[in-house]
Amino acid sequence: MSISTRRAHPPNDSPDYQSSRLRAPKQPLRVLPGRLGELTAPLLAGETVGALDNDLTRQHDAEPLGERITISGRVLDEDGDPVSGALIEVWQANAAGRYAHRSDQHPAPLDPNFSGAGRCLTDADGGYRFVTIKPGAYPWRNHPNAWRPAHVHFSVFSPAFAQRLVTQMYFPGDPLFGQDPIFNAVSGDDAGQRLVARWSLELTEPEWSLGFAWDIVVAGREATPLDDDAPG
Amino acid sequence: MRLPLTPSQTVGPFFQIGLSTTIGSHVVGEGMPGAVRISGQVLDGAGEPVPDALIETWQPEGAGRCATDDEGHFAIITSKPARTVAGDAPHLDVSVFARGLLTRLVTRLYFPDERETNDADPVLQALSPAERSTLVAVSDDGGLRFDIHLQGARETVFFDR
Repeated sequence: MSISTRRAHPPNDSPDYQSSRLRAPKQPLRVLPGRLGELTAPLLAGETVGALDNDLTRQHDAEPLGERITISGRVLDEDGDPVSGALIEVWQANAAGRYAHRSDQHPAPLDPNFSGAGRCLTDADGGYRFVTIKPGAYPWRNHPNAWRPAHVHFSVFSPAFAQRLVTQMYFPGDPLFGQDPIFNAVSGDDAGQRLVARWSLELTEPEWSLGFAWDIVVAGREATPLDDDAPG
Repeated sequence: MRLPLTPSQTVGPFFQIGLSTTIGSHVVGEGMPGAVRISGQVLDGAGEPVPDALIETWQPEGAGRCATDDEGHFAIITSKPARTVAGDAPHLDVSVFARGLLTRLVTRLYFPDERETNDADPVLQALSPAERSTLVAVSDDGGLRFDIHLQGARETVFFDR
């Protein structure tokens, strides 16, 4: 698993991404012995996620501004098995490219009808679905005239430590990919394209909203014996 | 055929708007028997606090998480794990996310009152004394202190996951 993991994930030592320079460790990562490290924590309680928590367009009195979209897909492990009961949390900028966060200084308007956060638990097939609006691109100060491609942040929290993933989903055909050091830190065999959703006619609702399909693949689960399973 | 993994991306500076309270800073209640408060500071290579990091702990009893404050401090209330992988000393698996980190960092927190089991732990045994000291929490004001140095002379040991 370690080898494929290294191949998939961007290196923290990515100097084009300015914020990494004082934060990426300088020492090589140590390898844990293979038999270690794949503990599982208790399943997350389903009742803590509300039925409407996955609809970011219905959290206020009125609808947010922007293109309505549906994002849907499955969470799978490397063997193709569904990861059910995983907590997915999403957060994003509004249609103008502004986060509802006290530190976001981009002079674009906030939308009183958009908080930009949602969550759901994956179903028995690993499936998830969010309804939201398409986030806007926004400037940041990484390099002169730097702009982040439109993206939705995804956090996947499953019962297995090895499966923990935080990533970003992008939209197909974004012209800003070429100058974005975060997207481009992912290299090799088109791995970056695995962060780009596919426009989906099936998920597009006539006279209502566009649909995007995006599957997420996390590490496999490996059973590890615990002390109290051992004889004696 | 194995499916290729979805690559990681940074949690960014604004993750706090997306965190639900489903997983929080209390793995166990503060007054529970065995409850221990683990606090620490996340520091960058210049020794400056990291005010936009997310620390998560993971153990068989459950997961905890806490975003750092403006001074880089975090605190999680949990207990020493009752079960461990055979041969391992009790420890917490710890993930570190932050703006500036494209992929989570993985480390381990060991307990200072487990001197003998720590000495026999195969992961700690593979490290130098200075490296080991970055993974063993220190007793502090009735709880445990676990600072995380992302870079520098006291850089925390991080593991390939």
